[in-house]
Amino acid sequence: METFQTIILLLDATFRVATPLVLAALAGMFSERAGVVDIGLEGKMLGAAFSAAAVAAVSGSAWIGLGAGILASIALSLLHAYACVTHKGNQVVSGMAINIVVAGLTPTLGYAWFSMGGQTPHLGGDARFKPITLPFAEAAHDIPIIGYIYSELISNHNIIVYLAAASVPICAWIMYKTRFGLRVRAVGENPHAVDTAGISVDWLRYKALIMTGFLCGIAGTYLSTAHGAGFIRDMTAGKGYLALAALIFGKWRPVPTLFACLLFAFTDAVQARLQGVELPIVGVIPVQFIQALPYILTVLLLAGFVGKANPPKSIGVPYIKEK
Amino acid sequence: MMKKIALGLLATAALTVSGLAVADDFKPAIVFDMGGKSDKSFNEAAFNGAEKFKKDAGIDYLEWEVTKVSEREQATERMARKGANIVVAVGFAQAAAVEKAAKAHPDTKFTIIDMVVDLPNVQSVVFREEQGSFLVGMAAAMASKTGKVGFIGGMDIPLIRKFALGYKEGVLYANPKAEVIENMTGTTPAAWNDPTKGSELAKSQFDRGADVVFAAAGGTGLGVLQSAADEKMLAIGVDSNQDHLHPGTMLTSMLKRVDVAVYNAMMSAKDGTWQPGIQVLGLAEDGVGFSVDEWNKGVLTEDMITTMNKAKADIISGKIKVTNYMDK
Repeated sequence: METFQTIILLLDATFRVATPLVLAALAGMFSERAGVVDIGLEGKMLGAAFSAAAVAAVSGSAWIGLGAGILASIALSLLHAYACVTHKGNQVVSGMAINIVVAGLTPTLGYAWFSMGGQTPHLGGDARFKPITLPFAEAAHDIPIIGYIYSELISNHNIIVYLAAASVPICAWIMYKTRFGLRVRAVGENPHAVDTAGISVDWLRYKALIMTGFLCGIAGTYLSTAHGAGFIRDMTAGKGYLALAALIFGKWRPVPTLFACLLFAFTDAVQARLQGVELPIVGVIPVQFIQALPYILTVLLLAGFVGKANPPKSIGVPYIKEK
Repeated sequence: MMKKIALGLLATAALTVSGLAVADDFKPAIVFDMGGKSDKSFNEAAFNGAEKFKKDAGIDYLEWEVTKVSEREQATERMARKGANIVVAVGFAQAAAVEKAAKAHPDTKFTIIDMVVDLPNVQSVVFREEQGSFLVGMAAAMASKTGKVGFIGGMDIPLIRKFALGYKEGVLYANPKAEVIENMTGTTPAAWNDPTKGSELAKSQFDRGADVVFAAAGGTGLGVLQSAADEKMLAIGVDSNQDHLHPGTMLTSMLKRVDVAVYNAMMSAKDGTWQPGIQVLGLAEDGVGFSVDEWNKGVLTEDMITTMNKAKADIISGKIKVTNYMDK
């Protein structure tokens, strides 16, 4: 029973850690599938985290914060689009520039507005997304196994965790079942064909990047107003890059990407629980080794199990119309 | 002719004297470490000390918040070159930078906090963290209902191990059967500034049965305290008094009077009483301690305070020996 509980609590932590990764990776999927490299996920998330926390702190509402987070992230996305789609700039450079600008701008603005050394005020009450107890969760807690899974694992997350869970099938549906999705995939593989069909490549890429901004905005908002309680400088701590790795790992497909994110989050959760625990046979494992575990696993999996990753064919190539 | 020279000399002397007397060119500087001056913890304590100096002495100070590892050397060097009379470097990680700058600017005074740099123009202030941690460890053990308490450190370095060891000894002193769950956030300086990781670590400890957690992790600790407030568990703050962050779930804070150290360094440099060498601040010097205030009233009960104060006296008198991790 105790092992069972440990596993459930581990999975519970996995969900919490995976949420921003899943949202950001799906965000990256739209952009990259449309042929635009987006290493600016990190910066967009950070920008969204800051705006969400700042607006939530002033307005006292987490929902208005979410709106602000999404808007900020879309604005950054449009900036990326303006540089790389309209002006055919280098996509990696533009993405990196966004990361650096946001990393510097957020604490500067935070300092100017709140004079708290680049942080936003501590959020409480309605300014933060609170865990939601699903119906019957309390009552079901005592039912063995199923009830416990329901009340501990499924219930009691904040709304964004459920949103992230829902976003996987929704994004898969958009990507594979709608006209927009088909065109996004086509424009990433062969923009000339799309252009020949009389569809604007630029506008399509703009739309894909707006989707990216939207999802990234939710991911960033989660960090500062749901999982955390306020913005702290560089609080994304590399999650945007991790999401990008998960996207490549998942071969730019929604469901494998989800599993990649869950795997990263799971190793992170295990890592938190393995520290200082006496394991059978090996004894206590050094902290440093445990902390390296997620990365070792990533390298091993990427090297051995994923096979050949096939990126969208025209990714990273600005589309220039032949005159 | 002679008269003229004498007059000139007099004038020069007068100028020199007045220059000394006014001393308005006294310029102190402070370099905060990663985490930033508003981490509500270690750096903020240093910031409060500098602010107090500014208020009392009416002299503004130069400051630099280090945000990248590579900036440290640049920061101390720049401060010295800008003509600061004293540069206060906050944090163990600045030792190499201070050493370099102190050698290059032998006339500038340097004070480093949390580390020892053995140079004729450097003052090193170190704290007996293990003593303060011992006391809050006792509080944790006394407040715990499950007999399990947690410790979350920032970056895995000897200084944080020092906190952890003192804490553990305090826990076991108050309750020999208690269990301490220990976590470190990471092995890079980013571990000082990852509140979401802190909150995950705290949750994992609560899942394993801990009901009191002590965070010695800078900005990461804020996530730990938040998590304790969310889950209605008890938390212990560090360095600054953090009790006001979550009244009701804050058991106490392990105070490390970095503010006093910074204030004294600047003030003594201004008065000319500044001395190089090593200063060790422990319970006896009131360099470390625990917070009792309106926010943790009732959470930290009178009984606990009495027991802790008794242990404090015993530590000062040497009756209780707290192991210093650095001496091991």
